[in-house]
Amino acid sequence: MLEMKDIRKSFGRIEVLHGVDLQVNAGEVHALLGENGAGKSTLMKIVSGIIQPSSGTIIVDGSERHFANYDEAIAAGIGIVFQEFSLIPYLNAVENMFLAREMKTSLGLLDRKAMRQRAAAILRKLEVDLPLDVPVARLSVAEQQFVEIAKALSLDARILVLDEPTATLTPVEVEHLFKVMRELRAAGVAIVFISHHLEEIFEICDRITVLRDGEQVGSCTVAETDIDQLVEMMVGRRIENSFPPKPAADPGANVVLEVEEVQLRRGGPVSSFQLRAGEILGFAGLVGSGRTETVLSILGAYPAARCKVRVDGVEKRLRDPADGLAHGIGLLPESRKEQGLVTEFSILQNVSLNNYGKYRQGHWFIDFKKELACTEDAMSQVRVKAQGPRARVDTLSGGNQQKVVIARWLNHDMQILIFDEPTRGIDVGAKAEIYQLMRDFTARGYAIIMISSELPEVIGMSDRVCVFRSGGIVATVQGSAINSEEIMTHATTGRVQHVA
Amino acid sequence: MSHDANLDAASAGRGRRAALDWLLHSPLALPLVGLIVVSVLMGFASDNFFTVDNILNVLRQVSVVGILAVGMTFVILTGGIDLSVGAVMALAGTMAAGIMVNMGLPGGIGLLTALLVGLGLGLFNGFMVAWGKMPSIIVTLATMGIARGLGLIYSGGYPISGLPGWVSWFGVGRVGIIPVPVIIMLVIYAVAWVVLQRTPFGRHVYAIGGNETAARLSGVRTRSVKLAVFAISGVTAALASVVLTGRLMSGQPNAGVGFELDAIAAVVLGGTAIAGGRGLILGTLIGAVLLGILNNGLNLVGINPYMQDVIKGLIILLAIYIGREWR
Repeated sequence: MLEMKDIRKSFGRIEVLHGVDLQVNAGEVHALLGENGAGKSTLMKIVSGIIQPSSGTIIVDGSERHFANYDEAIAAGIGIVFQEFSLIPYLNAVENMFLAREMKTSLGLLDRKAMRQRAAAILRKLEVDLPLDVPVARLSVAEQQFVEIAKALSLDARILVLDEPTATLTPVEVEHLFKVMRELRAAGVAIVFISHHLEEIFEICDRITVLRDGEQVGSCTVAETDIDQLVEMMVGRRIENSFPPKPAADPGANVVLEVEEVQLRRGGPVSSFQLRAGEILGFAGLVGSGRTETVLSILGAYPAARCKVRVDGVEKRLRDPADGLAHGIGLLPESRKEQGLVTEFSILQNVSLNNYGKYRQGHWFIDFKKELACTEDAMSQVRVKAQGPRARVDTLSGGNQQKVVIARWLNHDMQILIFDEPTRGIDVGAKAEIYQLMRDFTARGYAIIMISSELPEVIGMSDRVCVFRSGGIVATVQGSAINSEEIMTHATTGRVQHVA
Repeated sequence: MSHDANLDAASAGRGRRAALDWLLHSPLALPLVGLIVVSVLMGFASDNFFTVDNILNVLRQVSVVGILAVGMTFVILTGGIDLSVGAVMALAGTMAAGIMVNMGLPGGIGLLTALLVGLGLGLFNGFMVAWGKMPSIIVTLATMGIARGLGLIYSGGYPISGLPGWVSWFGVGRVGIIPVPVIIMLVIYAVAWVVLQRTPFGRHVYAIGGNETAARLSGVRTRSVKLAVFAISGVTAALASVVLTGRLMSGQPNAGVGFELDAIAAVVLGGTAIAGGRGLILGTLIGAVLLGILNNGLNLVGINPYMQDVIKGLIILLAIYIGREWR
């Protein structure tokens, strides 16, 4: 159905794809694997006509095609669902699906009835039930993704590219997505599936193509391989046991943070928890279960209905993340680009952003020498790989960007670090490094709260786990109770405590 | 000997490459090119352009807008905008004149009044934007109306004249051959440069324009920084009012209409991104001078004043168009 042969692509003098072949058949889910920067996205942009290859051929349905732009690719039956959605947040699902090709009545007005019927028909075929009248911004991430897929199908896409569709989905939503994918496969659609979750590949995919550094490392069927082999193909080296060992629990460790009560919304559940020095406390739960809002409330960056916090046993009212900084609580936000980094700044400026208290000259001025020295020190502590401290952060890989955000907190007298989805969008090798760093921190006495939607990560890293559901903590588990069944059961069926 | 010559040539080559690199990447490059092109054109068009007198005259003419543009640069760097500066300047000047003329208070109190009016309205803007969480374009639009109205109420709509003679020193005085307003303007620019480039506060200003959420979540007190940039803009408006009042020798409630737009034009012509996060105070100075040269040059050449506005507008558009992709 889709065949790409010897695709090369150069940006300037740098070749980023060195002759890649990809063959996707009708009725097949084809995994495209590779670390960040391996060339997956470039290849998919070429398929969809957004960029043009320097050389090589693209064959769709047996005839060679050249796509000058996205529209030509769409016309040839290619649909792509990007990692960052291209939906207009204030329009509803129907309006989004028919954006720029609205159906019209004979008077030239919008034919809303016809569009709605067509949209409903497509969604029904996918067995997806979502409200058609609300702005898509109010839909869940998964629902928005279904709107994107439905939009591609409404354009008669027979080749569908899904770029990391599961990155922000909960396990239940992933199951639903897979069900939809299986239906599409049965209907003869060729699907290219990009994901960092290797377990998913084995669940849903038929064949796999692995890229590394712009080269095609191999293609095989799912039955011929296993996770270890795939990881080795992706990173070129075998990574064993990417989670560092958990140290023995120290029941006598100080409680550094005690959240006596936090209530996100008036009338919602009230939660409480304690955090001890030297431990990693996992926050598990479905996306939207209130984990991020809870930590933001503690820091004063979310308007919770109630929030009572003790830091080192003393009651504190934090009104701004700056107060958190003053009390030794630092946040590494969920989305590095939108919440973590000033992308136009250099590494140096990003690291020193909250560090100026450390290097002043004559009280008012920046001590540039000390700034550079401190930054280089912090960079080497977390092993940021970059040309130097003056490199712009938007030139770094996801893993290195995350390390820059971590480095920001190292020169402070911090005692609590909150990692929100610490390894999202980060490749396998860098993940292991981040995990090791987190354990190094706890060994030095830091207490860590880790919000994660990846169960293996929660299980592999946490000393204790608070499970969230519907805005509150429904269970706290530790020791051998930290396993997927236990956590998933609480996350999907747990009862929250409601207080008027 | 030849070895040394080779070294020299090599370092000269490096120097040239560094210069080229700078030219291609500095946000100042384009404003500078614009300044040179316009100056040369004006030089050809009028023999009087490249005279010391005329150049000092241009600088003197741009001083009021130039001073306003300093505060505007701070605000725009954080991603905001301040439409109230023209009206705040008029109110500050009018009240200062009123205090000195009608109440007979000493000049020091008059100056202080102007500064307090500017600072107060700037803090008001900043508070409404940072704590009231309202868009700066709306808040300062409202303040613009309020300040203009208060100035007219206070003065009854008439200019307040009869100021003591020394006030004119701020507007038309000279130190040697250099006009006092030019000195005031340059000092303000120098201070602004130090604040933006050498202090943590300056870095936070850029960070907020670059990514406010990231700055806030990393522990920068973003609300305080936003309050401060509007306060700075109010203070520079007050300083501009001192120069203007000195030049007009009266407090004029109707002065400075549209000056906020000239100040914004100077900032943008100077290469500062309107969305914030990128730009240099030196660029704003170049932008202000560029605007001044256009005004002056088009006058020298004798172009119809109505036509001048059209030409200025087109040049601003052209400059922004070229600067669009310039990084």
